[in-house]
Parts: sequence; C-alpha cells; structure tokens
Amino acid sequence: MRGIVKRFPGVLALGGVDLDVRPGEVHCLLGQNGAGKSTLIKVLSASYQPDDGEILWEGQPVTLGTPQAAMKLGISTIYQELDLVPGLSVAENIFLGHELSSAGMSQRGRTNREAAALLARLGHSEISPTREVGRLTPAAQQVVSMARALSQDTRLLVLDEPSAVLDQGEVDNLFRVIHDLTAEGVAVVYISHRLEEIRQIGDRITVLKDGRTVATGLAVADTPTADLIKLMTGRSIEYVFPPRGGQAATFGEPVLEVSDLALEGIFSGVDLKVRAGEIVGLAGLVGAGRSEILETVYGARRPSAGTVKVDGQELRRGSVPAAVKAGLGLAPEERKSQGLLLDQAIYSNITISTLGRFARLGFLDRGEERKRATDVTQSLDVRPAGVERLVRLLSGGNQQKVVLARWLLRECRVLLLDEPTRGVDVGARSEIYAVVRALADSGVAVVVVSSEVEEVLGLADRVLVVREGRVVHEGPAHEIDESRVLDLVMEGSAA
Amino acid sequence: MSEHSTDPGTNRAPDLGAVENPVAPTTGTIQVERTAAESGRTSRGAGLMSGAVGRNSGLVLALLAICAVGVATAGDRFASIDTMVTILRLASIVGVVSIGMTFVIIGGGIDLSVGAIVALSSVWATTFATQTMAEDTHWIVMVFVALAVGGACGLVNGVLIAYGNVVPFIMTLAMLAAARGLAEIISERRTQIVNVEGFKDFWTADVVGVPLIVVIFALVSVGGWLLLNRTTFGRRTLAVGGSPEAARLAGINVKRHTTMLYVLVGLLCGLAALMFLARTSTGSSTHGTLLELDAIAAVVIGGTLLTGGRGTIVGTVIGVLIFSTLSIVFVLNNQDSSTQAVAKGLIIVVAVLLQQRLARRSTS
Repeated sequence: MRGIVKRFPGVLALGGVDLDVRPGEVHCLLGQNGAGKSTLIKVLSASYQPDDGEILWEGQPVTLGTPQAAMKLGISTIYQELDLVPGLSVAENIFLGHELSSAGMSQRGRTNREAAALLARLGHSEISPTREVGRLTPAAQQVVSMARALSQDTRLLVLDEPSAVLDQGEVDNLFRVIHDLTAEGVAVVYISHRLEEIRQIGDRITVLKDGRTVATGLAVADTPTADLIKLMTGRSIEYVFPPRGGQAATFGEPVLEVSDLALEGIFSGVDLKVRAGEIVGLAGLVGAGRSEILETVYGARRPSAGTVKVDGQELRRGSVPAAVKAGLGLAPEERKSQGLLLDQAIYSNITISTLGRFARLGFLDRGEERKRATDVTQSLDVRPAGVERLVRLLSGGNQQKVVLARWLLRECRVLLLDEPTRGVDVGARSEIYAVVRALADSGVAVVVVSSEVEEVLGLADRVLVVREGRVVHEGPAHEIDESRVLDLVMEGSAA
Repeated sequence: MSEHSTDPGTNRAPDLGAVENPVAPTTGTIQVERTAAESGRTSRGAGLMSGAVGRNSGLVLALLAICAVGVATAGDRFASIDTMVTILRLASIVGVVSIGMTFVIIGGGIDLSVGAIVALSSVWATTFATQTMAEDTHWIVMVFVALAVGGACGLVNGVLIAYGNVVPFIMTLAMLAAARGLAEIISERRTQIVNVEGFKDFWTADVVGVPLIVVIFALVSVGGWLLLNRTTFGRRTLAVGGSPEAARLAGINVKRHTTMLYVLVGLLCGLAALMFLARTSTGSSTHGTLLELDAIAAVVIGGTLLTGGRGTIVGTVIGVLIFSTLSIVFVLNNQDSSTQAVAKGLIIVVAVLLQQRLARRSTS
C-alpha cells in the first residue's frame, strides 16, 4: 500500500500511509488510539475506499471496490468487533457467503465435516460445528472467525487486536496457528497494543501516528521498546492547550465524589473526587472501562456497587434524570448518535435539557428559548451562526460546541466529556479546549476521557490512568509524561 | 452578515418544495428561517399558516386534484355543502385516531391496536350496566367509561413497551387481538344500542350546522398541533423519536414519555369510540375494524417518518382528508370499495417512495 489517504468530513484519518507486507511474515501495526490503524485495515479490506494512494497486490495495482473483491484476492480480515451471525451455527458462519452446495441445495453434512476439519486445524476440535455461535464464548467466536478466514484461500490475514478477548493459553494457541499459516506462505498483518506479544510473534513493525507512517519495516529483533514508544508519541501537530488552572489549593469544594464505584465485569473500585474548577482526565485504552465509568457516574448504567455524590448529595442509582437534575452533564462518546438530534435545529438540541425553564403549563415560550440558545451559541462561537440550522449540517467541532452549549445553558455543576475532540478538526480542537477550561474556571468540575494521551495530559489538572477496569495511577498531570502513561496503559510492556 | 448566513436556507427551500414536500415536509426549520430572516417580528400566525401550507403543498395539490376529479365526474353532486360535510364526517373518526397515531409514530413507535381499543371502548360504554348507571346519574358516565377503557389499554401498551421492552409492533398486535376478543366477550357479539337519551341528544347535535363529531375532529387537530409544536411534550416526543439514546442522555425520561404517548393514543381511541356511538347509536365489537391501517396510512402519506423523529399534524389531517375524499369520489361514481382499496394502496406506495428519497438526500 502506498500513500493511502482517507478523509472523513472534517478529519483527515489517513494522511499518506505506506505499508508493505511480504508473504510468510507477521507484520505488526503499532500506533496509539486514533492513529489510523483501524481505518487502514478497513481500506485494505475494502470497507472504506481510499481517497488517494494505490494498493499493489503481487506487484499489480488493484482497485478493491467491494469487500467481496478483497476476499477474492485472498485478503481476510478479523475485526475487533466480531462479525458473526449469532443465530447461525458455527459451520454456517464459517461458510457464510460461499456456502457448499450442489444444485442450489446446501450440503449440510459436508459443511459440518469441513468446518470440523478447519476447527481441528486451529486446535479447537472441541467446538461443535452445529453449535449456535451466539452461545459461544468470545474466544471461541474468534476461533470461528479464523476458521472462516481459512475456509477461503487466504493469502493475507489481517488481525485487529485478536488477543484482547483471549487468555494466555488461547493466545499461545493463536500464535501457533499464525506460525502454521506463515509457514505456508500466508502473510499476516497483526495489530496489538501489547508490545510483548509483538516481540513474540512479529517479524517487522510499521508505526502509525496521526494517520501517517512514521516508520515502516522495522525489524522486531533490532528495535528497542523505548524507540517504539518514542515513535508513537511526539506529535507532528502541536495542539494549543489553555494554561492550567491554579494550584490545587485554589480549587473549590469537592463537587463530584465517586466512591468504590463498580460495574459488574467492566470496572471496579473506582474512587474519584473532583473539585469545583478542576479538570480530571481519565487515560486508558479503548475498552479499559473509561467510557463506562463516565456513563455509570451519569446514571446511564446502573452500578453494581458504589455511590456517586454531587455536592454531598447521593444520586439515585442508574437514573439519568436524577443526575441531570443534580447538575451533571455528559458529552457522550458517540456524539452523533448519543449526543445530538441530527435532524433537528440547533436551538432545540441546546434547550432539550432545559425545556422546563421556557415553559408555562407545558407551553413553550419559543422567543425566549431561541434568544437564550442564540446567546449561548454566540458565547461559544458556533459557526455558522443561526440557531435554526439543522445540527447535521455542522462540522464535528461545532456539533460538539452545541452539546457543550446545552450544558452551559443548564449551568451544570459537573461536566463529563467523553472523547471531546473525536472527529473534530485541528483548529476547532483548541477552541474546545479553551471552552472546557473556561467552564472549569467558572467553577464547573470537569472529567475528561480521551484516547489521546496528549489531550488528557494537556487539558487536565489531575490524571487517572485506567487499565482493565482499574485505576492504576493517579496524580497531577504535570508530573507524568506521555510515555509513562503509555507504559502504564500497556501493562508494563516496556522493560 | 445576517443576510449572508440565511442564504443557504432560502436557497434550499424552493428545491425541497418542488420535489420532496408533497409527502414529506421537513421539520419546519426552513419556514422559520425564512420568517426569522425577513423580520424578527413577523406575525407568528401568518408565518405558521404560510409555513404549514407551504410544507404540505404537494399534499394540498393531491387533495385538490382528487376534488377536481370529483367535480369532473360527479359535478354538483360532489361540489355541494352536503358532500363536504359527509367527507368531514367520514374523516372525523379516523382523523382523531390518526392524530394520536402521529404522536406515537413520531415518538418512534407504532400502535396496531387502535381499532380494537375503539371497539372495546364502544362496547364497554354501552353495556347494560353502564347505560343503567348513566340513566340513573348522567350520560357523562358513558364518556368517562369510554375514555377510561381507552386510556387503560394505552397504559398497558405503554408500560409493557417502555418498561417491559416489548417491541411496539408485537405488543400492540397482542392488544389488537385481546381487546377485540374482550369486546366480543362483553357484548356476546351483539350490537348494543345506545338508549340514554341525554347522550344521544348531545352527541348527535349540530354546532352551527356542523355535526359535533366534525367539531371534535377539528378541536383534536388544533389541540394536537399545539401539543406537538408548542409544548415541552411535543418537543420531547420529537427528541425521543429522533434518537432515544440522545434523548435519554439529555436527561429526558424516555420510558415515561413513551408510556404517555400510548396513553394519549388510547384516550383518543376512547374519544373515537364515543364518536362511533354518536354516528351509529350502537356499541359493537366490530367498530373500528382495520382502523389501524387507515390511521397509519394517513400518517405516512402525511409525511411522518415511520422511523420517528419527524412529522406534522397538518400533514396527517390532509392525509385523512385525501382518503375520505377519495372514498366519496368513488362512491359518487358507483365504484365498488375494491377499486377504492387499489387506489389507496397505490397512493401509499407512491408516498413512501417519495419519503425514502427525502431520507436518502438528508443523509448524504
């Protein structure tokens, strides 16, 4: 792959990526969250079409128009989120899309036999081909995905964080399968956050950062871990962060107090105290439980243990209306689906949490509603101006400002921000940071979750690092640097 | 500056009006943008009227076209006051139910049980016991019974859908079967005649020459419009239907709101049952058969998105009038109801096809 470019509205997801993979090698793809790894493999599997660049297959330029075309060439991809049909059997899933049939009748016996053979080859003969996939464990489901890849004549196998759902024994087994495949000349692209795994299985490494290749074809054996972390950190783009608030002493009373909060199977024992005017950042990998912590604090998920207090008052468990009433506000991770009513006007998105204020006997004072919405959009500089516009037509940064405007209008006490700058272009980011800091300076307690370590460190006063549902580090943001956070996040992989 | 910023809106309006407005009016943004741009102090009433007609111009045209066919084929028999009143009377019952259906569909649900709830309410309000009590006290007892039965059915629907997580389609399908079955049990499948004179006198009266049930339809339409466009309830309905998750995270009690939507449509079914009593002087387990289909059809051709989040009361009212006018035109031309059903089917399909075009365009 050469010079691959992929743009999303307002964002350059890939800005020129090169990757070459040789037959029989395990090529590891490394990079922070949001570096473009997932986008790259979606281009490779033709889920996305690149805006620029070319893909060469055995020296010939190819256009991969559809996922089917990619599969036909022999490119199989196993995604993080498994793409199996839960209601079908193991064998049916394996041969989905290329069913074994004669004269239009599916051959169940042969399908099951061949599925069993494939599963045996993967060392999992205990999985019955007739089992329903939805009833399997995540690890077993991944084996089924692998079997599906093998059932086609795979030349290039792409694995996106395959070890995330596996325990150590299963990882060993996965590696054995990968070795067998590479011995047969199959090329493997392997994505993982666990550096020790890459040491174990990888041949060469490509590092992505901010949608660009920063190093490619590094031999695993000759590259020290410190170099890799250095490559992954250190930005090509510098964001402007507003100056931090004062010293700890200048913050106000604790506003948000979370103690021993837990959500069964996701996270446990989370203690968090945020004072008025303070910004606390949560760093960690996707899936470490960061978003779930925010959502549980907000009442969108019902905790299995622990309490959330705002201004000393304990909140009712699992109730968003109670949380909002107490002064909490959330800017959710999936802004478009969870945060906004895309096909409605800006003003109604802003006032939706404050409607009661504009109503008498249920009837809205629409003039006042628009006026207040206009005031708050002007103070946040939402562009283009005009609160009657549909939110769908705004850029990511301005959409985020609309979400912030909602809580600004509500004069919330605690603002929870989940990935506040995802899908926001570089210029607008600094504006969002400035708005968040201004809110904090006005006495709001802020909690920020971000996949971008630099963002957490630059914006927050205090940082909590979350790994696998537990807080593993807590301290002032200026006392820790990006590589130390990465180190903590990646489970002490750096020696 | 302000002139510049309103340009896209005003430029967009004409081509939307040309292609998409016939069946799928947009949320009203465009109309408001225009009036806001022209002057901040435009009379609200005037802005609304032009907006409502403008957004539904396609529907109005369709209605006028059907009227033109009526005049051309039936002449004075169509173009008479009597025929107009007949059309409105025909529209009134399905109209009241359709207003309720509009709210449920905008809120992201569906209610297949409206016809059955109408039947049950009409039967319960005309049982021997109810009518005896009404004669001993006041005919208003029958009104209370009909509304209570309708509201209770809606409450059962709403609670099981919102809190029991039963899919609306399935829940209201079950209610459709159960409510009509219960109506048959209570009435023993007999038609129950309304004997309470006070009730009959009041409900069959004319208000300045207009039958009461038509007046009720008008009042419910205006009330529905106000409720959707002028109240927090209406705004929350749009939010809940537009994105339940976003509404929930904005602090709206989505479950409670959803329940209220089904109670609302249930109450309107109770009202529709009373209108049936007024029109036919009977309560029967066969009242309102297939009413759910007529109501959904009217709502859909009125431009309400079946996926929720968008819709108008004006569109629904015109949709109801289109179907009732169509019926009268067919009757006046001595066409049987089968031909009429075919025409109705065609109208629905065309409306939905146009709606999909709108949906595609707004996402691209």
